[in-house]
Amino acid sequence: MSRSRDRGRGIAFTAGAVITGVFVAMALLATVWTPCDPTAISIIDKLQPPGRHHWFGTDQLGRDTLSLIMAGARNTVGVAFVSVLIGLGAGVPLGLIAAARGGVTDEIVMRGNDVIFAFPSLLLAILITAVLGPGAVNAIIAIGVFNIPVFARVVRAAALTLWTRDYTLAARVAGKSRGRISMEHILPNLAGPLAIQASIQFSLGVIAEAGLSYVGLGAQPPTPSWGRMLNEAQSLTALDPLLALFPGFAVVLLVLGLNLVGDGLRRREGADR
Amino acid sequence: MTPILTIESLCVTLGSKRILEDVSLSVSPGEILGLVGASGSGKSMTALAVMRLLPPGAGITGAVRLGERLLTGMNEAELRQVRGRDIGMVFQEPMTALNPLMPIGEQVAETARLHVPMSARQAAEAAREALDRAGLSGADGAPDRYPHELSGGQRQRVAIAMATVLWPSLLIADEPTTALDAGAQAQILRLLEEFAHSRGQAVILVSHDLAVISQVTDRIAVMQDGRIIEQLATLDLTRQAHQPYTEALLAAARLEPKRVSTGDADSAPVLEVRDVVREYPVRRRSWRRRMPPFRAVDGVSLTVHAGETVGLVGESGSGKSSLLRTILALDRPQSGEIRVHGERFPMAAAGSLRRLRRSIQVVLQDPYGSFDPLWPVERLIAEPYHLLEAPPGAAERRANVAAVLEQVGLSPGDARRYPHEFSGGQRQRIAIARALILKPAVIAFDEAVSALDVLVRAQILDLLQDLAQRWRLAYLFVSHDLNVVQCIADRVYVMQRGRIVEEGRVASVFGSPQHAYTRELLSATPRMRAPS
Repeated sequence: MSRSRDRGRGIAFTAGAVITGVFVAMALLATVWTPCDPTAISIIDKLQPPGRHHWFGTDQLGRDTLSLIMAGARNTVGVAFVSVLIGLGAGVPLGLIAAARGGVTDEIVMRGNDVIFAFPSLLLAILITAVLGPGAVNAIIAIGVFNIPVFARVVRAAALTLWTRDYTLAARVAGKSRGRISMEHILPNLAGPLAIQASIQFSLGVIAEAGLSYVGLGAQPPTPSWGRMLNEAQSLTALDPLLALFPGFAVVLLVLGLNLVGDGLRRREGADR
Repeated sequence: MTPILTIESLCVTLGSKRILEDVSLSVSPGEILGLVGASGSGKSMTALAVMRLLPPGAGITGAVRLGERLLTGMNEAELRQVRGRDIGMVFQEPMTALNPLMPIGEQVAETARLHVPMSARQAAEAAREALDRAGLSGADGAPDRYPHELSGGQRQRVAIAMATVLWPSLLIADEPTTALDAGAQAQILRLLEEFAHSRGQAVILVSHDLAVISQVTDRIAVMQDGRIIEQLATLDLTRQAHQPYTEALLAAARLEPKRVSTGDADSAPVLEVRDVVREYPVRRRSWRRRMPPFRAVDGVSLTVHAGETVGLVGESGSGKSSLLRTILALDRPQSGEIRVHGERFPMAAAGSLRRLRRSIQVVLQDPYGSFDPLWPVERLIAEPYHLLEAPPGAAERRANVAAVLEQVGLSPGDARRYPHEFSGGQRQRIAIARALILKPAVIAFDEAVSALDVLVRAQILDLLQDLAQRWRLAYLFVSHDLNVVQCIADRVYVMQRGRIVEEGRVASVFGSPQHAYTRELLSATPRMRAPS
């Protein structure tokens, strides 16, 4: 029984990896090629149903929906990915320093984190983009800022456990500084928890980007984005429900894929211990 | 008298591996049976097979009977009724056996109510009695306390109360005292004895240490490679010759001192500790009142001369580990000084600190936690090279690691392997190699053989004596196990509540202890009698 459950989990992880892979491949492909120009307007072809020329049909301005989805993937995946990098780049060193130094440094870092955590994330992202002005770059900053405390916390908690292991003591007897031990012994052993958290933050980033562009604070027209496609499709749902279905599905599917990957990684990590 | 438990030609396979082979045993009412063997000999597997708690995929043949009932023929639902009610079990690690979020009284009561219909009040009453019987009465055993508030020995008592609350006819205790120091161990063993003799219950005590087993058992079954190779009455253990394997276990449990001292008390000391005080801040209960700091080490002085082995003994919480951390310059003492080769150690400037660290290295207790799992052995052993101004190049490093691996009884080819590929004893050899690589003057050992089974322990102690003689190494051997210290050390310091209460040559301190605490430690330590 437990074996078949294990296999089921393996399949779930593979499915998640495949879905995520397809979207990432689509985003990469969209940087060089899409079936049609996603910004080309052709009023004659507006609101066509899916067919041979337009697999997913066209929108109210006659743009090819498939091309829009692909270009939107480029935008969404790019924003979410870079904001995860920001979170990793700032959060990991902060967490490592907090765990290694303890005391006042730890307090300052963690209380700073609490301040960011205290704000509802999407609201603050809206605030940041409202202040800095809408656009993909500012969306990246807004989402990235939220990833910092998340990674700092995960790293600090996991690093504190690793600091209780005897090998860190042996390294100190070998004269290594806490900073050096953090880099040589702590960080490499954090790869598992970091990969899990990164996949979760990636999926949250996808949702956040879609949300921001839905309210018009993400990528600006004519850059295609899933959130704005949903927004524009809203007034046309009665006329053509498919318009909302495709970008909605894209968001749901990508988030699902990323979560399956995160779950699979967590199980594997748990099995190691 | 009908036996309580009968095992007939029990075989267990896991995949294609045979784990137990033709095991036959019986335990009578009022009897304590010892199951002894090295790690991997199948003794824990036998205990688990009785409870049918085998890992998934295990195949089992043969018959296990509890009284008239055939356990091997029962389904899972019937077995659940047997476990906890008719057979109680106690494991090595009491912390993981208890739920950290539940008061101890409730945990014991829950076990009772799972099996026998009773009211909450009756269950609480039964739990109270069981805790009493387990020696947890008064404030210590208050049922509303949580596991983390108790010491290791007290937690093991809770585990025993849980296992015995319904007066099971059989209690299986798997290494119940291995994680405890000598004082707590003696109390737990006495408790098992009382349980067996009070109402005619039976006990199976599983351990790798004949010194422990022979304290309380009536009969001993010796296991090797999944078979029972010998069964004998405990009284006969030291009286007659046995299977070679049994003799080996016996010799390893006896730990005869065979040390030729290389120490020279007249030479200048390599390590000098003078009036060291180490305090830890205590968390304030209120913002107004500052709590006095906790003094873990309270004015300790000791010396270690070249080539000498010095033991430091005391029970858990006596301050041994805090002292060791201070000596290794991992913590700063509040006052006092530590000198290595006559030079002041921890407060020295960073440059000389690095130089002095080369003279003192350490081997730690946990053979599993001492190594970064991602590093190959060569890199692990070469880590102390960080202390050299000019670390050797790759080729020289490889040659040195190969040489030191051979010295500790491993092969040079092991350098490319990873820690998880080695057994506990082999890992301790790797830890010794890491401590040796810089040719230090002193190596400190923090409970370095406590986690090993007796046969491996004997091998490691032999190795340490060889190395000490070959390199004229000095050892500072910190342990709660007086037998080990007596076996290896020339001189010993006895530590209690942060102070040294007695010191001197091993023969005189252990032969005629002056301080009450030393006498207490000695009487709690299980001894193997010498052959008569």
